[in-house]
Amino acid sequence: MEKRQFRDYTISLYHQGFLDDQFTELKKLQDECSPDFVAEVVSLFFEDCEKLISNMARALDQTGNVDYKLVGSSVHQLKGSSSSVGAKRVKGLCVTLKECCDSQNYEGCVRCLQQVDIEYKSLKGKLQDLFNLEQQIVQAGGRIPQVDI
Amino acid sequence: MGMAAESQFHVLAVDDSLCDRKLIERLLQKSSCQVTTVESGSKALEFLGLRQGLQSNDPNELSTSPHIHQEVEVNLIITDYCMPGMTGYDLLKKVKESSAFKNIPVVIMSSENVPARISRCLEEGAEEFFLKPVRLADLNKLKPHMMKTKLKNQKLEEIEEASKDETALVEPEIKDSTKIEILPLQQDLQLVQQEEQTLCTNNKRKSMEEGISTDRALTRFDGITTTV
Repeated sequence: MEKRQFRDYTISLYHQGFLDDQFTELKKLQDECSPDFVAEVVSLFFEDCEKLISNMARALDQTGNVDYKLVGSSVHQLKGSSSSVGAKRVKGLCVTLKECCDSQNYEGCVRCLQQVDIEYKSLKGKLQDLFNLEQQIVQAGGRIPQVDI
Repeated sequence: MGMAAESQFHVLAVDDSLCDRKLIERLLQKSSCQVTTVESGSKALEFLGLRQGLQSNDPNELSTSPHIHQEVEVNLIITDYCMPGMTGYDLLKKVKESSAFKNIPVVIMSSENVPARISRCLEEGAEEFFLKPVRLADLNKLKPHMMKTKLKNQKLEEIEEASKDETALVEPEIKDSTKIEILPLQQDLQLVQQEEQTLCTNNKRKSMEEGISTDRALTRFDGITTTV
């Protein structure tokens, strides 16, 4: 029952555009030597999100004196790590945010940053649900099914 | 796998993103490489400098503990392009300008596909340019470099055996495209590496001719003495 749930949930995450095939690549790197690799990498990614979003928010708070260079370099970094873990939606929003930043569109930056914040937290919740499902399967003595997208 | 005598291909990975460092480390481990990760170009140079400093110049060491010597060697550097302070390009230049490290192949990674950037790096001597996110399939392009190191290690063992038997020149069993006739002494390793690098042009995307003939290998072969 959990296996079916896990399979369906995984597929929906891809189909709804939360994850892309880079996430699949991460799974390939997980094995007996590195059994928690995916969880570890995404956890680093979420830490990155928190730190970089906070930096950008602080920069945007300095109304009238916004350091767009800082915002630009932070969003560049965030775009990079979202790309590395397959966080498709977050990456897409980073692209938009970068454009707002490049054109120094203040309102656009603020709005976009809020969306990035909401999106990464949403993904974090979903991946947590996915890992919980995995745990349930393993604890019940089963093996995690290979899901072909 | 019990091959204690065989040292692994050692890669130094440079990236300012912790997330990406974790990823490249796992990718390289999965490709059977030994990995050291650092967060900046300056840390990379530090690591190289420190490691090079540990190398023994005592030729007698070759027969007693050559494998320890090899373990501190860096066989390849893979670096991110966009880093604060020293960029990957700056690091590449510094490595290629140094007499000690210029023979270490350097691979550049970037999240941006900028043709001018790519050609500049290749012209400066980068072995490969990978677009991020780097995947296992990309690392397969590094296999030729890994195989050369493996062959080199095997030949080193052969030389060891030969010196114990007090026979003359070891005739290597393995004939590969790099045409290395015999593995030279420790101090010639750098020269051999350079030779291998220039002969293996398969992976390079640049069109520049290296212009180095394979006759050099034979010339060097003549100059090597039998005493180890």
